[in-house]
Amino acid sequence: MNGWSVIASIAKRELAAYFQSPVAYVFLVIFLLLAGFFTFTFGGFFERGEASLAAFFNWVPWLFLFLVPAVGMRLWSEERRLGTLELLLTMPVTNWQAILGKFLASWLFLAIALALTFPLIVTVNWLGDPDNGVIASGYFGAALLAGAYLAISSMTSAMTRNQVIAFIIAVVLCLVLILAGFSPVTDMVSRWASPWLVEAVTRFSVLTHYDGFQRGVIDTRDLAYFLSLMAFSLFATGVIIRSHRAG
Amino acid sequence: MIKAENLSKSFGAKRAVDGVSFEVGKGEVLGFLGPNGAGKSTTMRMITGFIPPSGGSISVCGHDVLTDPIPAKRKMGYLPEAAPSYTDMTVLSFLRFAAEIRGLRGEDRRKAVRRVVDMCYLEPVLNQTIDTLSKGFRHRTCFAQAVIHDPDVLIMDEPTDGLDPNQKHEVRGLIRRMGENKAIIFSTHILEEVEAACTRAIIIDRGRIVANGTPEELKARSERAGAVLAKLGGAGVQAVQDGLARNPIVRRSEILASERRWVVVRAYPQKSTPDGTLAAAVAELAMRENWKIEELLIEEGRLDDVFRSLTWSETPAAGEATREAATA
Repeated sequence: MNGWSVIASIAKRELAAYFQSPVAYVFLVIFLLLAGFFTFTFGGFFERGEASLAAFFNWVPWLFLFLVPAVGMRLWSEERRLGTLELLLTMPVTNWQAILGKFLASWLFLAIALALTFPLIVTVNWLGDPDNGVIASGYFGAALLAGAYLAISSMTSAMTRNQVIAFIIAVVLCLVLILAGFSPVTDMVSRWASPWLVEAVTRFSVLTHYDGFQRGVIDTRDLAYFLSLMAFSLFATGVIIRSHRAG
Repeated sequence: MIKAENLSKSFGAKRAVDGVSFEVGKGEVLGFLGPNGAGKSTTMRMITGFIPPSGGSISVCGHDVLTDPIPAKRKMGYLPEAAPSYTDMTVLSFLRFAAEIRGLRGEDRRKAVRRVVDMCYLEPVLNQTIDTLSKGFRHRTCFAQAVIHDPDVLIMDEPTDGLDPNQKHEVRGLIRRMGENKAIIFSTHILEEVEAACTRAIIIDRGRIVANGTPEELKARSERAGAVLAKLGGAGVQAVQDGLARNPIVRRSEILASERRWVVVRAYPQKSTPDGTLAAAVAELAMRENWKIEELLIEEGRLDDVFRSLTWSETPAAGEATREAATA
C-alpha cells in the first residue's frame, strides 16, 4: 500500500469524525452566521456600492482567528487524551502520513465551510457585474490563510492534551501574525522603530500576503509564504510528537 | 519472531527498562508478569514502535523496529493498555478504518471485518458509537482491531483488565487458540492467567527480567515446590515431627492442622533431593509407625510465592507507575 492511500485513509476517518459529532454542524452554522453578519453590517456590503466580496474577505482573517484554532485544537490533543495516538502510531503509518492526513482532512473541512459562502457570490453576480477572477483568487487566498492557521493549531494541539490550552496558544500565535501587518499597529510602531524594521516585521504578517490575493494577484512570494508557514508548523508538529514519544 | 536485545529505556534519570533481552517464537505465548511500574508497558510500547528505546534493539519477523518500522508494524497487532478507540465512531466504521490502514480493501476488508466481528461477538453493537458501549464491548472492539489483519505477532497490554470473569475466561481461551500459530506477548498481574494461557512467562521487576521460564519451571522455584503434604490418621503431632526430623532429606516440616485422630503435615525436602524420594520416605515412616495415610500429595509450588519472592513490594514502585502513565 503506498503512502498516499494511507494518508487518504487517515484523512477520510478524520473528516468523518467531524461530521459524526455535532462539532462540524455547530461550526458551519456559526461560521456562516458570523460571516454573513460581518459582511452585511461592519463590512458594509451594500454601502460600498461595488460588485465585490471585499466586505467579506476583509473579515475572514479575523473570523478565522477564532474559528480555525477551534477546528484544529482537537487534532492531536484529542488523540492523546483518548490514548488513540498509541493506536494510530503503532499501525503501519509514519508520523508524516498521520500529520498530513489529519491536516488535510481539517483543511478540507475548512474549504467546505468557505465553499458554503457561495450565496455571496450568487448575490454579487445577481446585483452587479463583479470580476469573478478576483473572487476566485480571494477564495484561494482565504483557503491558504485557513491552512496556515490550521497548521499552527496542529502544532499547538500536539503540545498539550488540553484542548483549551491548545486553542488559546493557537489564537495568540495567529493574532501575532495578523497584528504584525495590521495598519493601526504598524503605524504606531513606525513612530519609534526604524522603517526597515517595520518593513521586516510587516513581511512576516499573514495580512501582507493575504491582501495580494484579494486584489486578484497571485504572487509566488505570497504563495511561498503561506506554504512555508504550513510546512514549518507541520514539521514542528512532527518534532513535538516525536519528542513526546521519546519521553 | 520477536527478538529483543538488551532493551533499555530511561525517562529522565529514571531507568524504566534496563537491559531486557528475550525471544518469542511462533506458537509461543509469553506472559509478562510484574508489579505496577515494573516496565511491562514501556517494554511493550518499545516493541510496537510507539516509543523509541534508549538502547538495545528489537526485531519483529526479521524487521528492525527502529530502522525499518513499517514492515515490522504490518506484522504486528497491538492492544494498548486501557484499550483506547475513537469513541465517536461506530464499531463498524472503526473496524473498517483499522482494516483499511492495514491495506485491506474491498472484499478483503469486508471479510476481515466479518471475521473479527464474529470472533469478538460484536454483532449486536456494530452500528453503535463506541462511547455508548460497556467496557467489555469497548475492550473487545479494540481487541478486534488488533487482530483484524490476522497478524503473526500479537502484543497485548493487560488484555483481561476490567473484564468480568466470563469475559476473562473467554479472552484466555482466545489467546491460547491464537497462540498456536502466532507469537503472542501479553502482560498481566493475574498469576492464574499465566498458568491458563502461557507457554512461557517472564517476571519483570524494576526494569529487569528476574525470571524467565515455563510456568512449571517458575513454580518449581517456589519454596513449596516438591514439598509433601500428608494427612496421617492415628498419628500424634510430636511423633510426626520427630519421625520426620530424623530423616536427613527433610529440611523442615510444619504441622498445618491436627485433631485427636489425625495430623496434616507439610515436609520440605533438602535441595537436590530426587523427585519422589520424600513422598516415599513419608509413606515408609507412616507404615512403620502404623499411621493411616489419608492423603498424600507432592506440591507443585505456587507462582505467587515465586512472584512475591522475586519482586519488590508495590509501594515504592507506585510512583513509577504514575510516571509511566504520565508519559503515555
